[in-house]
Amino acid sequence: MSGVELLMQPSVMPRLLSGLWVTVWIAAVSVAGSIPVGLVTGWLMTRRNVVVRFLMRLYLDFIRIMPQLALLFIAFYGFARLWNWNLDATGACVLVFILWGGAELGDLVRAALQSIPASQYDSAYVLGFNTWQTYTRLIIPLALRRMLPASVNLATRIVKTTSLAVLLGVVEVVKVGQQIIDVYRFRCPDGALWIYGAIFLMYFFICWPLSLLARHLERKWSHD
Amino acid sequence: MSPTFATRMRKATRAVTALATAAIMALGLAACGPQAEVPSDSSSSASGTTSNAQARTLDEIKSSGVLKVAVFSDKAPFGYVDDQGNYAGYDVVFAERLAKDLGVKPEYTSVDPAARVDVLTSNKVDVVLANFTVTDDRKEKVDFADPYMKVSLGVVSPDGAEITDVSQLDGKTLIVAKGTTAETYFEKNYPNITLQKYDQYADAYNALLDGRGDAFSTDNTEVLAWAKSNKGFTVGITKLGDAQTIAPAVQKGNTELLDFINSEIKQLGTENFFHDDYKQTLEPVYGDDVSPDDIVVEGGVVD
Repeated sequence: MSGVELLMQPSVMPRLLSGLWVTVWIAAVSVAGSIPVGLVTGWLMTRRNVVVRFLMRLYLDFIRIMPQLALLFIAFYGFARLWNWNLDATGACVLVFILWGGAELGDLVRAALQSIPASQYDSAYVLGFNTWQTYTRLIIPLALRRMLPASVNLATRIVKTTSLAVLLGVVEVVKVGQQIIDVYRFRCPDGALWIYGAIFLMYFFICWPLSLLARHLERKWSHD
Repeated sequence: MSPTFATRMRKATRAVTALATAAIMALGLAACGPQAEVPSDSSSSASGTTSNAQARTLDEIKSSGVLKVAVFSDKAPFGYVDDQGNYAGYDVVFAERLAKDLGVKPEYTSVDPAARVDVLTSNKVDVVLANFTVTDDRKEKVDFADPYMKVSLGVVSPDGAEITDVSQLDGKTLIVAKGTTAETYFEKNYPNITLQKYDQYADAYNALLDGRGDAFSTDNTEVLAWAKSNKGFTVGITKLGDAQTIAPAVQKGNTELLDFINSEIKQLGTENFFHDDYKQTLEPVYGDDVSPDDIVVEGGVVD
């Protein structure tokens, strides 16, 4: 059986797509959860309080230094063994990706807020804006356009990193692919190339629109 | 005045942050370092230390209505997912029966070879039925029930450069799958052989097909089945090392479930259950080349 025939088997594509759904679900929930965590973290990072800043710094550095895989193993196996807190594999993935996405997004929010010159706050004050108006009418819209392209980029990184979930036993698109390759390994020896090729295209068509969106926003906002 | 105070505070904060960062890095290193040298099984946490994740009792399993079983999902014909997306294979047939006799449904978790110990120590599953070969190392971390299969190692190589004796492998590259008996066996007994390790059988076979290694070794049943359907490759060594047994495993100290499985295996022996299982799942792959009695263990007794 050739690789093309393998992909045309009636059960192969639906199963890969159902695996892809698991991938997309984990990524979407993680990205959605990262947004509030990131906004709060970023806001806390700009506070003057030494303790708050220290804690935020610790959080960001801890998440940045640890490989995501190590964090996943800690959340999945470590929590269960230390405190008998038994997360399922999907739950562990979502938790780690939200903590990771939240930290990274928080840093983007912090950078965006700090990049707004003090003169903007002063101008708002001169024009009679109160603090609420200053933030909602001026600072947040300005900060948002500075951080959006990088945030969309972060989202694509989260989508791709979900492939690590396979190591916790989550049956997502990569694992489904390996199952199919294995069942057909005698009938279709070069199936691996075709299945992994199909998975590559699936990731591409999820991340590509995000990438286009990021480029579009960057171009649209760079001139005004 | 206040500027000096502020500067000092900032310096102090920076120092503390740096220290904390260094401490975290050291912790991280301590956590990942030693594992790299441990041959197999311990992929993440330090397996073998006491765990607080308490295994479920028989009553808890029965009242929950599901028996959580770790199986392979990509190792046909032992544990795999068929065309329709259902779990199937020699191990899975046994899992179905075990669950049925407990009066519950099986719930499968897909595992990689290296994760089989960890899923038990962290209580992700009740029992591992994933072609789990009994070894002394593993016995320290999990409890094995009576065996239901036996196996030794085989080595498959290309026809043109067939490996018929282990000594031929000296200085050559041998492909193995991570966390398997083959990996431990060659590391311990043949340090001169360079090992090339893969997570998946599928990747290991591709490496052999591409010529990235001189031969591939894993359980003889597996390589025999593969060589049968891949022209140009022969199993030059069919029996290497001591014959080893394959058995269900439960969390260390979970005697309640262990006793149930052992009595179940004895009971199944009287109806020749594993021979039927063999006929249903393994015979279509091995054909007549292999005698079922070379592989199947009935009633937990190896003769």
